[in-house]
Amino acid sequence: MEYLIGIQGPDFVLVAADNVAASSIIQMKHDYDKMFKLSEKILLLCVGEAGDTVQFAEYIQKNVQLYKMRNGYELSPSAAANFTRKNLADYLRSRTPYHVNLLLAGYDDADGPGLFYMDYLSSLAKAPFAAHGYGAFLTLSILDRDYKPDLTREEAMNILRKCVEELNKRFILNLHSFNVRLIDKDGIHDMEKLTVGAK
Amino acid sequence: YTVSVFTESLNFKWRGEMTSKKASDVPLEFHVPSLFKRPSSRASHSVSVRRPFPLSHGTTTLGFIFQGGVIAAADTRASAGGLVACPAVHKITPIHSHLVVTSSGSGADCMLWERILTREIRLYQLRHKRRLSIRGTAKLLSLMLHPFKGTDVCVALTLCGWDKLIYVCSDGARLQGDIFSVGSGSPYAYGVLDRSLSWSLNKEEAILLAREAVFRATHRDAYSGNNVDLFHVTAEGWRQRQREDLKEEYYRDMEKRGLYNKTLFLAI
Repeated sequence: MEYLIGIQGPDFVLVAADNVAASSIIQMKHDYDKMFKLSEKILLLCVGEAGDTVQFAEYIQKNVQLYKMRNGYELSPSAAANFTRKNLADYLRSRTPYHVNLLLAGYDDADGPGLFYMDYLSSLAKAPFAAHGYGAFLTLSILDRDYKPDLTREEAMNILRKCVEELNKRFILNLHSFNVRLIDKDGIHDMEKLTVGAK
Repeated sequence: YTVSVFTESLNFKWRGEMTSKKASDVPLEFHVPSLFKRPSSRASHSVSVRRPFPLSHGTTTLGFIFQGGVIAAADTRASAGGLVACPAVHKITPIHSHLVVTSSGSGADCMLWERILTREIRLYQLRHKRRLSIRGTAKLLSLMLHPFKGTDVCVALTLCGWDKLIYVCSDGARLQGDIFSVGSGSPYAYGVLDRSLSWSLNKEEAILLAREAVFRATHRDAYSGNNVDLFHVTAEGWRQRQREDLKEEYYRDMEKRGLYNKTLFLAI
């Protein structure tokens, strides 16, 4: 039902998430933000079971901030992703696993941009582009086709628009607006919300 | 005292106290329920007791913000399976002078958690000499409910302040918004509210709209009905409207549409 997408460029990462907070068949909120800011250059996008998403994401967020306070410098995106995965893995075989699917996007001053795909079974993969949700089935082929490693920000936005158009055309659920953010060496930038008219 | 027995049997431990280092008169003692600790295995391995009757879940509650404050409305039926267990329940409860909470889900759970919340808010006020904000209240409630996630606790509360509406449920969801309707009758209520709600309604129009939304939901939903409770919360506090029987509303509506002849007591 929920949709996350991330596209990594040579010096930026573009991420988008839908804005719907649903409870069975009802949309309770149309302007819900699914992105959590872990640090100045790292975003965590989190979807999944109702309470687990916020609890887990806020837990990771506070721990990343704590690391910065204790050590004086921030965790790199790769370190944050591995920390997140470790937490997911630790809870996986407990009585209370977290059912959350995540995308972690960040910019490391040393290694450059990074996009990390994680799912509720605590798998972790660094990928040039990734998506979560039923919408991923419809849009991953568009990404496979049009993605190139050296794409510009404009080209990445165009691919994102194409994906959203495809969802609007073929996905049975009405996801009519998406938060879009871009991370580069200057930090996290809020881009214009992508909205499509109701079908 | 039932709550302490309840919490002890589930190993519900309270974290140790921290005191403020400042030289203040009020020692700040933080009693936070320990997080991420689910009920012990005793809960799942115990011999399951057969319920004497199905839990009551059906309801219609709603809340919305407009220029004149916040309206909270709910029906008054408590159902247990197909039986109307009680036709005159209070589903909207004041927590303090500027906060009311509408409840849906299991009636017993809601009553208990409302009382626990009221107690914790009052304790906070006494300890810190100021009221906890509504967002803090919602977060506190969400954290208190977290250990019971995955059990049969079913609580979906909408905290209605005078400028904020926050929905908290036992699944862990915590959402702030402008309009919420919860319960088995909520889709019907949304249908009425989404069409006619706007920010610039005056107080009478808002009350009429809320009442109509609850009425339409109770008309279609079997598990909602009887009367409608209405609270209006402003910066001056909450005010409760007198409980109204929806049967009268039904006949008034029929008459308005020309489908009911009052003199003949005939509804077409």
